[in-house]
Amino acid sequence: MLLKQTKRLSVIASLIFAILIQVLIPNSTIQPQAQAPYFTYFLFIVGVIFVAFYGYSFLNKKAADKLEEKGPLFAGGALLLTIINLVCSKFSLLPVLFFPSLDRVFGVFVNDLPLIIECILSSGKLLIIGFAVGAILGFTTGILIGFNKKIAYWVNPFTKIIGPIPATSWSPLVLSLFSTSYQAAVFMIALSVWFPITVMTSNGIQNVQQTYFEVADTLGAGKLCKIFKVGIPAALPSVFLGFFYATTGSFVTLVTAEMFGCKSGIGWYLNWQKSMMLYANVYAGLILLAVLCNFIITLLFKFKDKVLGWQKGVIKW
Amino acid sequence: MVGEINIEKVSKSFINADGGVVNALNEIDLNVKAGSFISLIGPSGCGKTTLLRAIAGLNLADSGAVYLDGELVKGPGHDRGFAFQQANLYPWLSIEKNISFGLKARGVYKQKKEDVKEYIEMVGLKGFENSYPHQLSGGMNQRASLARALVGHPKVLLLDEPLGALDAFTRMNMQDEILRIWKEQQMTMIMVTHDVDEAVYMSDQVVIMTPRPAKIEQVIDIELGRPRSRGSNDFLKYRTKILEILNYAGENREPEYYL
Repeated sequence: MLLKQTKRLSVIASLIFAILIQVLIPNSTIQPQAQAPYFTYFLFIVGVIFVAFYGYSFLNKKAADKLEEKGPLFAGGALLLTIINLVCSKFSLLPVLFFPSLDRVFGVFVNDLPLIIECILSSGKLLIIGFAVGAILGFTTGILIGFNKKIAYWVNPFTKIIGPIPATSWSPLVLSLFSTSYQAAVFMIALSVWFPITVMTSNGIQNVQQTYFEVADTLGAGKLCKIFKVGIPAALPSVFLGFFYATTGSFVTLVTAEMFGCKSGIGWYLNWQKSMMLYANVYAGLILLAVLCNFIITLLFKFKDKVLGWQKGVIKW
Repeated sequence: MVGEINIEKVSKSFINADGGVVNALNEIDLNVKAGSFISLIGPSGCGKTTLLRAIAGLNLADSGAVYLDGELVKGPGHDRGFAFQQANLYPWLSIEKNISFGLKARGVYKQKKEDVKEYIEMVGLKGFENSYPHQLSGGMNQRASLARALVGHPKVLLLDEPLGALDAFTRMNMQDEILRIWKEQQMTMIMVTHDVDEAVYMSDQVVIMTPRPAKIEQVIDIELGRPRSRGSNDFLKYRTKILEILNYAGENREPEYYL
């Protein structure tokens, strides 16, 4: 019981410790001052959330278990932030240009908010368009290759030659071929998505147990029924893996494409801030990317659990 | 009554991994009366599964022909239900949807909705309609697979060792259930099995097959009343007779030591 409470309270204790360090020890004088103690604000907001959750955990058993399970982890996270805070902000043990104070990093989200939102929307739009184009083409190609030997014979060489080339290596060519760098970026993202989805879809279909089709045969199913009601559902776990690889691949392509071609988006933001030596903004951009990419992959897995509930653990997230 | 199968001079050979030709079936002739229960028994490699698949139309014969009620079998069809060794349910469909799969595939589901319910009840899976195959035991899955094969009212049910993967007790229960369905539906059933007891217990006729060359060694009529007792003298006589034909009775073997 005591251990359980300790685990549940560990986050709050760790956050109080972080706040004490942040408030009691003055920032190093070499660090450029932030407009406001944004990191302190951040700690207070997180603190309030966890105190509220702690209170809620007395009413809800599930919340209590969750807090008990994840509490030490979040406490560790807060401790890590405190260490970073001490090293960077308080004692400036590392070069201040590259290792800005946490106040400045968190301040970016407040001061640069309109621009950041604009970047998120722009990146999101680019990602969705590129992903949709690539996924539709990839899924279709995969199904055709998977079910038709003739198509497989003629299309497989293309897949094998073009697929493994990193999509971004097309940038010198496509940036000149397409009229806008935006179209070029869509092309590269679509390409990076197309390949894994094609391969995993066709693989999935080719590896469907023969008996599944035989069962359908003996039940009087026609060709189309066998493709859409047997082959594709049976291949879905593999198709999902393709979507997973495609998603991670699309992040790489998205950020790289934005860094080199586009005039908006998170990749562009990172590159631009770097060229102005504003490393606090670069860190903020990286944090933002981590949160967004995680969010998208979590969504993907939520979707998987819904659609592929019958199939347990291809990859865990 | 419908569901008569005529097998005429059916031969089938495969090419094995070394490039050699394997005679899986060698000019097999067999007549299966409508409404009877037949077992195909024999050691591995005697072609019993190949013969069953030829009847189903899953593998067509190289030469010879299979007729169902006088009509040539050209490929698989829903008039011949097939129960596989593994349940082979679609794991992405619920039990109810697995069982109704064939009806939907043929576009007759709307008229036959009641049948699905009836067969779910018949195989004792009421209350599990919305469960998924991975949530049920092997025996329940096998029952669902039987219901799936039966719900389209096939004239013939082909059973490829459908009980092989089950434990002894589930197996005996399932044997009785299959017999009950056979009686109720008055259909022809042809079952492949390794198990001599199972063959004697269930069949009107036991077709004994031997390998190299793959052929029918003998067809034995089991003239026992039903329900049968697994321990009766007559039962054991049939059992011994079949084992003798298969050379497993142990009477012709040299004793390894003398007292």
